[in-house]
Amino acid sequence: MTISARNISWSIGGQTIVNDVSFDIVPGEFFGIIGPNGSGKTTLISLISGLRKPRNGHVNLFGEPMASLAKRQISQRIALVEQHAETTERITARQAVELGRTPHLGALTPWSQADDAIVDAALREVKMSTFAHRLWYTLSGGERQRLHIARALAQQPEILILDEPTNHLDVGHQLGLLELVRQQRDLTVIAALHDLSHAAMFCDRVAIMHGGRLVVLGPPAEVLTTKVITDVFGVSAEIERGDDGELQIRYRRPKPHRPQLQLVQSV
Amino acid sequence: MTTATASWTKRSGAVFAALVMLIIALWLGAAIGETAIPMDIVAKTVANRLWSAGYPLEPLDEGIIWNYRLSRAVVAACCGAALGLSGVVLQSLLRNALADPYILGISAGASTGAVSVAILGVGGGLLTLPIGAFAGALLAFGLVSLLAVRAGSGTNAIILAGVAGSQLFNALTSFIVTKAANAEQARGIMFWLLGNLSGVRWEDVGQSFPVALAGLLVCLWHARALDAFTFGTESAASLGIPVRRVYVVLIGVSALMTAVMVGIVGSIGFVGLVIPHAARMLVGVRHGVLLPASAMTGAVFMIVADIVSRIILPGQVLPIGVITALVGAPAFAMILTQKKARA
Ligand SMILES: Nc1ncnc2c1ncn2[C@@H]1O[C@H](COP(=O)(O)OP(=O)(O)OP(=O)(O)O)[C@@H](O)[C@H]1O
Ligand SMILES: [Mg+2]
Repeated sequence: MTISARNISWSIGGQTIVNDVSFDIVPGEFFGIIGPNGSGKTTLISLISGLRKPRNGHVNLFGEPMASLAKRQISQRIALVEQHAETTERITARQAVELGRTPHLGALTPWSQADDAIVDAALREVKMSTFAHRLWYTLSGGERQRLHIARALAQQPEILILDEPTNHLDVGHQLGLLELVRQQRDLTVIAALHDLSHAAMFCDRVAIMHGGRLVVLGPPAEVLTTKVITDVFGVSAEIERGDDGELQIRYRRPKPHRPQLQLVQSV
Repeated sequence: MTTATASWTKRSGAVFAALVMLIIALWLGAAIGETAIPMDIVAKTVANRLWSAGYPLEPLDEGIIWNYRLSRAVVAACCGAALGLSGVVLQSLLRNALADPYILGISAGASTGAVSVAILGVGGGLLTLPIGAFAGALLAFGLVSLLAVRAGSGTNAIILAGVAGSQLFNALTSFIVTKAANAEQARGIMFWLLGNLSGVRWEDVGQSFPVALAGLLVCLWHARALDAFTFGTESAASLGIPVRRVYVVLIGVSALMTAVMVGIVGSIGFVGLVIPHAARMLVGVRHGVLLPASAMTGAVFMIVADIVSRIILPGQVLPIGVITALVGAPAFAMILTQKKARA
């Protein structure tokens, strides 16, 4: 197993944000985490990537307790792309990607040509090579997001954890990016996704979070049902299953909310 | 792409240029003053003192150069380097372009700590002045951070907390000085508080140089860690940086450097703020080069500021803090407006 979570919980201010979640990530799989806003996806990700310690339960990374590993050991195996990560520093696109080499470089290790090659390759993967010398603050949201992915690839992780990686991206880049991480050889991907069609298209398994609990876990074709979508997201949907097993999800417009006329008794 | 060797030569070139600048600044610092002394006399004095070269020189000139001006210039350089480094560290760790030891109240806390030991005799002779200053600096930073956390998020919370902290500790210092010192002492202390290099001797070099050098080395050791803070603490943690340890070590080192310098020359504002920005313009944001560049720029700037403070009013010495503020305050305004334009 790559990452296994055993009954992990996290709470703050008396409120339980992640509640008794357990799962095992299979090597090489694309594992989706879906669920409405505030359901605890980002918090769950911070727990399984070792950024936060669970209040209860434990996380294992390749069979070893995450809590016993040094930050540096974790970062050599797990790369994380956060939902929001911004800077006002005048760094260039390339310098942002170069940060991905940090876990592999000691304080005295000089930057090498191999590092240069890895950074170049990562920039090429996300099609940002021509932007290498642009300053960060001049880049669009989508360009920044692709650079974050490139930074994570330059980290050469075994596990890539993405928190809503397709935010800010146009539809072409959304699909391109998910395909890109899917195609990486020997890479295990864990991604919080908002688009259920994307989850259906790219994930081997999806975990559905609702109110901090993991409510359903399984292959998308099995777990993405109209009932689950209604229960979890509160919208009604139609799902068509193509011959190739592809899911097509269509949502219905929510009924407009009509304020009920109330008769107030006048005196 | 620059290859590794090309960047190597470029780097050694830059280091060489920086050292030449520093030597020239020190040289000028020793030559310029109430009585100008020719540059070659300065060189001969140094040769006499360091290598017993035996040049026949006027003992008065030699004495002024060696005992007063050169020691003073070297302390100014150490102080500028230390403040520049502290500024870089605080700005990067707190991700705030306006952070520096003066604005965050660390200098004010160090002053209070120093006068508590020097005047009130806190510690009963066990504590030395730099230790008192260090304790004051840490206390001030702790208090300011606590206030900032309580005041809520936002990059300005820590700056506002720093303003409050500085006011509090400056008031405490004034209170202690007014209450416990005699008029003579009080005047001396007030002059020292504004930043003053007049009393500086070689013993002070023995204190400030090792601290500045050690500070530079510790910061350089953490250069990659500081780079990793570019996208925030969570991002740094995900890149394998032990965030809490780095905070403790680097903020501790900044506080120590600030405290030792405050103990010797008083609290000098704006150097820690402005120097890192100037250095970034020169060499970019990578800490591997930014840290030494800031130390060098700070050193040279401080020597020059000291020279200016000695000659701008004939027959009088202006506190060096006045000069740094005259340069620093407009630069502060520029950084503020630039930051707004980019946000
Ligand atoms: N440090 C914190 N303090 C207080 N509340 C928190 C904290 N972290 C998370 N929460 C709360 O926990 C809930 C889950 O947050 P989380 O960010 O994990 O949700 P999410 O599923 O990622 O949502 P989104 O889809 O909007 O990204 C939210 O209601 C959030 O307000
Ligand atoms: Mg989230």
